[in-house]
Amino acid sequence: MIEFKNIEKAFGDNLVLKDVSHLMETGKCNLIIGTSGSGKTVLQKCLVGLFEPDKGEIIYDGISFTEMTQDNRKELRQQIGMLFQGSALFDSKTVEENVMFPLDMFTHLTHQEKLKRVNEVLNRVNLEEVNKKFPAEISGGMKKRVGIARAIVLNPKYLFCDEPNSGLDPQTSMVIDKLIYDITKEFNMTTVINTHDMNSVMEIGENILYMDQGQKEWSGNNKEIIFSKNERLNAFIFASEFLKDAKDMRMLEAKGKISNDRDMDEMMM
Amino acid sequence: MIKGMFTKPENVKMYWKEFMHQCNDIGIGSLGIVSIISVFIGAVSAVQTAYQLVSPIIPLTTIATIVRDTVILEFAPTLVCIVLAGVIGSKIASELGNMRVSEQIDALEIMGINTKAYLILPKIAASLVTIPLLVVIAMVLGIWGGRMAGTASHILSPETFDKGLVMNFTPYNVTFALIKSYTFAFIISSIPAYYGYYVKGGALEIGKSSTKSVVVSCIMLLFADYVLSQLLLNPAT
Repeated sequence: MIEFKNIEKAFGDNLVLKDVSHLMETGKCNLIIGTSGSGKTVLQKCLVGLFEPDKGEIIYDGISFTEMTQDNRKELRQQIGMLFQGSALFDSKTVEENVMFPLDMFTHLTHQEKLKRVNEVLNRVNLEEVNKKFPAEISGGMKKRVGIARAIVLNPKYLFCDEPNSGLDPQTSMVIDKLIYDITKEFNMTTVINTHDMNSVMEIGENILYMDQGQKEWSGNNKEIIFSKNERLNAFIFASEFLKDAKDMRMLEAKGKISNDRDMDEMMM
Repeated sequence: MIKGMFTKPENVKMYWKEFMHQCNDIGIGSLGIVSIISVFIGAVSAVQTAYQLVSPIIPLTTIATIVRDTVILEFAPTLVCIVLAGVIGSKIASELGNMRVSEQIDALEIMGINTKAYLILPKIAASLVTIPLLVVIAMVLGIWGGRMAGTASHILSPETFDKGLVMNFTPYNVTFALIKSYTFAFIISSIPAYYGYYVKGGALEIGKSSTKSVVVSCIMLLFADYVLSQLLLNPAT
């Protein structure tokens, strides 16, 4: 569980985060959504300590992250895995070496034990026969999966994903979403995902924080979001005509006005 | 940046591995260019010295003495390090810049690794170990190049060159050249590391910071050369 209270962050005169508070729950996919420039990446970087918030408090399972010493933060960071937008794999290392890197750095396992663990996590993200390939030799979707494998290789308690679907086709995006969701449940992690992908929101959004102009505008889950009355959130979600139609259908469905497939077809006409 | 490098390593073995990797990249990687440059510098200095010594009362052994001293005092440490500032400096700046822009440095930070210590310290340490060695190799090859050019163009015989080579030899010159090479090694590695580590933006900024780091390194190198010469060679000081 990660709780943050009254977070504020400014770059010069530009106040990027304004008094943001929320609770990220354990064992759930916690989504931070919002338009580009709404402050979600800055918020995530504050949560992992890449940026220092100007005000507010971040609490990891009851322990204040903001008040921790650098040494304590180092220890905590070994329980944090992060998937970056561009995967951030080390170019000069193979897939196997990339995934093995945290094990090399922080464990005293033998090479065979490390190799076994690497193969376990690579199998878990459905990657086979890519161990000896370099990041430049694999596809964007594969890079994301290697990024996930590297993030979970030390069995972290917290997983952060910064726009995991950016640059991926819808089908691969769904595969990545499902993978993150399954891993979250399997290892009971607190997963925090930055996204503006509506498919992800609807598929895996168990706890959603909607950010607008650096502020918390709305929070809820993927079942509530579709019926939200928040105008800004609706403008964000239903930016496409297709989704507006989908919402109308869901509303009518909820009221019992659509009873069968034929009625649905008529609605689509 | 320098202060942040000195913390307890997360894993000494990994730091050592990175240090050896950098020694290989910086030392072995630059050996070819250093060898070629040194041989030609020595050869050119032998031919040009012979061209300028027109008086018949000056013995031919003087050519070897001048080649030896110019190569040891200036050409091997300074010229080679200026070339290395381009070769190694741009490599360090662009490597770190690319890691910064593609969030690889952030990924290391998230893992709890002191990125200054893990990425910069091995580069500076490897430079401090390998660059003085490269300078010593450049000295030997430069003098050998001068001997080869002098004898090949019938300016002086190998025996005369060897005689001049040992004449009035001052071991302090080698010490001075090594002091210079250590100073230059630090400049060549730390300035590009700074520019690369703190780069902001994208591919264009990586290129700009790489160029800037080489220019600043070269200027600092020449300035340090002057200061060290004043301090350590000027008989008045």
